[in-house]
Amino acid sequence: MNIPADLKYTQSHEWIKQEADGTVTIGITDHAQEALGDIVFLELPEPGLMVKVGEECAVVESVKAASDIYAPLAGEVVARNEDAMGAPESVNQDAYAAWLFRLKPANPADLSLLLDAAAYEKVAAE
Amino acid sequence: MIQRTPLYDSHLAAHGRIVNFADWEMPINYGSQIEEHHAVRQDAGMFDVSHMLSLDLTGGESQAFLRHLLANDVAKLTVPGKALYSCLLQKDGGVIDDLIVYFFTPTHYRIVVNAGTAEKDLGWLCLQAADYAVNLKPRRDLGVIAVQGPRARERFWTAFPASRAASEALVPFQAAEWNDWLIARTGYTGEDGFEISVPADEAAAVWQKLVAAGVKPCGLGARDTLRLEAGMNLYGQDMDETQNPLESGLAWTVDFKDAGRNFIGKQALAELRERSAQPRTFLGLVLLDKGVLRAHQKVVTAQGEGEITSGSFSPTLNQSIALARLPAGVAPGAVVEVAVRDKLLRAKVVKPSFVRHGKSLI
Repeated sequence: MNIPADLKYTQSHEWIKQEADGTVTIGITDHAQEALGDIVFLELPEPGLMVKVGEECAVVESVKAASDIYAPLAGEVVARNEDAMGAPESVNQDAYAAWLFRLKPANPADLSLLLDAAAYEKVAAE
Repeated sequence: MIQRTPLYDSHLAAHGRIVNFADWEMPINYGSQIEEHHAVRQDAGMFDVSHMLSLDLTGGESQAFLRHLLANDVAKLTVPGKALYSCLLQKDGGVIDDLIVYFFTPTHYRIVVNAGTAEKDLGWLCLQAADYAVNLKPRRDLGVIAVQGPRARERFWTAFPASRAASEALVPFQAAEWNDWLIARTGYTGEDGFEISVPADEAAAVWQKLVAAGVKPCGLGARDTLRLEAGMNLYGQDMDETQNPLESGLAWTVDFKDAGRNFIGKQALAELRERSAQPRTFLGLVLLDKGVLRAHQKVVTAQGEGEITSGSFSPTLNQSIALARLPAGVAPGAVVEVAVRDKLLRAKVVKPSFVRHGKSLI
């Protein structure tokens, strides 16, 4: 299973990367993209949107089904991946390169509450 | 009880992603559903459909029994091997299942029904058969492989050259027995091809030979997007016991021509026809905005609300399509709205057949 050690994770299969500028980048894990199958549509939040922890803020649609993506941290959406919206299959090709959106966390310290790679590996194995 | 087909090990060996489908452990895909879909549209793919139930019907009153049981009329079948699609109806016209019936002689037919409804169908058939001199024999001893695509027959003959003489002259919807196999020019994809029934213990070897001949294993996921593009109904989704065939795009399968034939559900459907006021029509939708249509989404039209019965992404058209039950009066060409989460997306109403033989019909 492809679970990079330098990322954080959620129970709902999002990955979170801490950026140098204080923002976090969010995507879905390789395990999630494999379970979803061919991804054909991404609905991503617009910059400026304020989200709460656990709030549904994006949708990944595969041929099979629509899956909600939850905000792993509270904060403001500062960017979304327009390239991935134009080529949703890029999430299947490399789930860690094809990020979905970026947040400016309201409480950066909350990042430590997220799962590390070892903990997520157990979640994904369930 | 969870069941497995004779090809279960073949699916595992090919890295099939196994899901529970109507209590059968079946492959949903072998990696990419979209690649499998394209293989069938452009070349040749194959599906394990051994979970569907074949039944052999024999006996002196076989034809009379089927003329009573089925909404379509098996009297139309006169050439050995010819097949017919029909609904199995309740008295009130509700659809118990849809099926294919193959004619061999007036005292020998084969019926193929859906996996999820097999037990229910068998109960119904046995009940209805009580008054007829017929025998019904479920054939759980078979493996069934659907080889589909523009090059399906050619690749099948490459794998089994000796079968060519027996199967080359088959027209669509016709089958031939070859040794203990049944080779039928049928399918559920909108492409040419064969559905092959073989003894269960030969199925894995047949599958392997077809792989070697360049036929790509395809899962139930691709089977669903292919049938949706072809505008073919899926039982349990596009129609069920609470819907009649006239409101499910299946009026063409209900045969009223022989006034003397009394089939189950006839009276209820005839009354509906006489009132000629079908409250619902069954049509296709092509999404104009970005997104994916799904079953049960609400459709808003000038004539009232309707509902999507099947929806997905069409890999051939590269946009989302759906089948929908809509208020009467909605016609192809109309633009309607579909409620997708918190948005209303625009969709165009079309005849419910989107792709045939690799080409767009919209």
